[in-house]
Amino acid sequence: MFKPLTIVTSKTVVLPASNIDTDQIMPARFLTMTTKAGLGEKLFNDWRYHKDGSPTDHYLNSDAAKACEILVGGHNFGCGSSREHAPWALSDYGFRVVISSEIADIFRNNSLKNGILPIVIDKAAHQWLLDHPGEAVTVDLKSQEVRLPKNGGTYKFEVDAFSKHCLMEGVDEMGYLQKQTDAITDYEAKRAHAPASAI
Amino acid sequence: MTNTSPKTSPQTLFDKVWDRHVVVAETPTNPATLYIDLHLIHEVTSPQAFTVLRERGLKVRRPDRTLATIDHSTPTLKNADGTRPYVTPQAEAQVALLLANTEAHGIETHGWDSDHRGIVHVMGPELGATQPGMTIVCGDSHTSTHGAFGAISFGIGTTQVGHVLANQCILMPKPKTMAIHVNGQLGEGVTAKDVILAIIAKIGVGGGTGYALEYCGNVFREMTMDERMTVCNMSIEAGARCGMVAPDQTTFNYLKGRKFSPENFYEICEDWASLTTDSGAQYDREVHMKAEDIRPMVTYGTHPGMAMPIDGLIPTSQNEADEKALNYMQVKGGDAIAGTPIDRVFIGSCTNSRMDDLRAAAHILKGQTVKPGLIAIVVPGSENIKREAETEGLHEVFIAAGAQWREPGCSMCLGMNGDIGAPGELIVSTSNRNFAGRQGPGVRTVLASPETAAASAITGVITDPRTLTCEAA
Ligand code: SF4
Repeated sequence: MFKPLTIVTSKTVVLPASNIDTDQIMPARFLTMTTKAGLGEKLFNDWRYHKDGSPTDHYLNSDAAKACEILVGGHNFGCGSSREHAPWALSDYGFRVVISSEIADIFRNNSLKNGILPIVIDKAAHQWLLDHPGEAVTVDLKSQEVRLPKNGGTYKFEVDAFSKHCLMEGVDEMGYLQKQTDAITDYEAKRAHAPASAI
Repeated sequence: MTNTSPKTSPQTLFDKVWDRHVVVAETPTNPATLYIDLHLIHEVTSPQAFTVLRERGLKVRRPDRTLATIDHSTPTLKNADGTRPYVTPQAEAQVALLLANTEAHGIETHGWDSDHRGIVHVMGPELGATQPGMTIVCGDSHTSTHGAFGAISFGIGTTQVGHVLANQCILMPKPKTMAIHVNGQLGEGVTAKDVILAIIAKIGVGGGTGYALEYCGNVFREMTMDERMTVCNMSIEAGARCGMVAPDQTTFNYLKGRKFSPENFYEICEDWASLTTDSGAQYDREVHMKAEDIRPMVTYGTHPGMAMPIDGLIPTSQNEADEKALNYMQVKGGDAIAGTPIDRVFIGSCTNSRMDDLRAAAHILKGQTVKPGLIAIVVPGSENIKREAETEGLHEVFIAAGAQWREPGCSMCLGMNGDIGAPGELIVSTSNRNFAGRQGPGVRTVLASPETAAASAITGVITDPRTLTCEAA
């Protein structure tokens, strides 16, 4: 249910701070939204807007940033809550790839489920990216490589085979689980006789 | 699953519970399909999941294994006419949508008319819905709380909420396991909250990433269920999606006679008692700490790993991120943290809003007064706790001291319902996250135990509860 992702070549937006948490990405007061549309506007809201709602001069408000598909974040990006509003907002803003030297667990999972590729890259490449904001970088999911320009080098990254398949085909997990209905029914039938806990 | 073939190799608690729930085994290319015994839902992370169900024409597979409440966007005050002051019409609409969705799908819901409504992670255990050996998920990262009962319990995103609603399963690769051993004798005034803050400070906010934690050692064995929940609650703050304590007699005593306790309770207890790590079982990582080394803890920065002993000096910044955090908090490396003036105190959240916590806070506030000008709010975790506390007269202690006694909910833990501080304020909070702006734009949060929060409310500065007890005695 999202656009397939194979190769992304784009300039980067760099947010170098460590431990950028989901409260920064999407402040809690916007979590009352019950749809996904328009969340990109609220992405990093408290960095991008003054209290009166007028925009700050944060780079994310520039047209240059809005054209970028790759976000480079500082160490331990996306820590904090399980709110999926964070990847929804990143996706709605236009990002398809997030790169950091460490990415928090739930955020990483939530990203994969929403067509965003989270990449944990080694320290040297991460430092290069932090030092070169705005350079055009290529992410090749098929070969699992990040290619940096200007002799920055080529770096491999890990992605589990299943998520890779889903991203490249643009398919989601709901359909995959639906196909396992028989196995689930089977399991439930067997389980009923075990001393299992149930509400 | 019934298991006829004897297990040859020793297993960890996590492995045992995991194995029971594998519907389709993990392969090198596909994650495991894991069955979910209990799905807790609330108003914030479920609306878009129900929308997906509607769009695809799917039904909720097991409404009987799904339990809902309203807690995040709910006001903690009531108007004189009994209406509720929602922070925005959107918050009210979100609550209404949860009630409509669960009604349409036949899901048991503890809404405004229920005596059991409460913070989702307080309500589940209290109803006895949380049980040893279960898999439990909720669209909320602090679902790790339920691991206190020996369940595998973790937060999921809204997409997965949809998966569980429709299939009662999620897809996930098996995490690694980490044992955290804390043995010895905790010092006077050292609480479960201090233990978990000390653990996070030691292993770091990313230290648990990719691991399921098991808390081992006499310190956890000797804890009450309320205390174990405080510990497991914050597993996620070390990056781990779940944390567990093996079930034992304390667990069984707690669960006996609750609404969802199984009818064949004693028979089931026998099975539950087998859910411990076998001797000789291998964890992927083990961490050892001495109970004697743990002191009452507070945070001084903008993530829970930036925690320190309350009687210590604020660490000097090692990098730009630290520097930024200290600047945000308006504190200086090398200074004492105790004695820092504060503006507010919040006692509540799924970390510290249960009876043990309220009793501890009341014990300190009894006969004392909240420092004039300081706002102290106490928010019980559930309607049940509110009632129980009122039966014990705890609310009178809080009110007499000048604190506010509110309606149950998440409240100032994340401020979604409008319970927030003013910019620049310093709040001593018993919640679990001190991220910049979590309790309101520009608000500075110091995480602490209920004891420390109550002591600080009296003095108006960050106060080591051990020093206060001496003076007050
Ligand atoms: S009390 Fe705080 S951490 Fe707990 S469920 Fe509510 S918002 Fe989440």
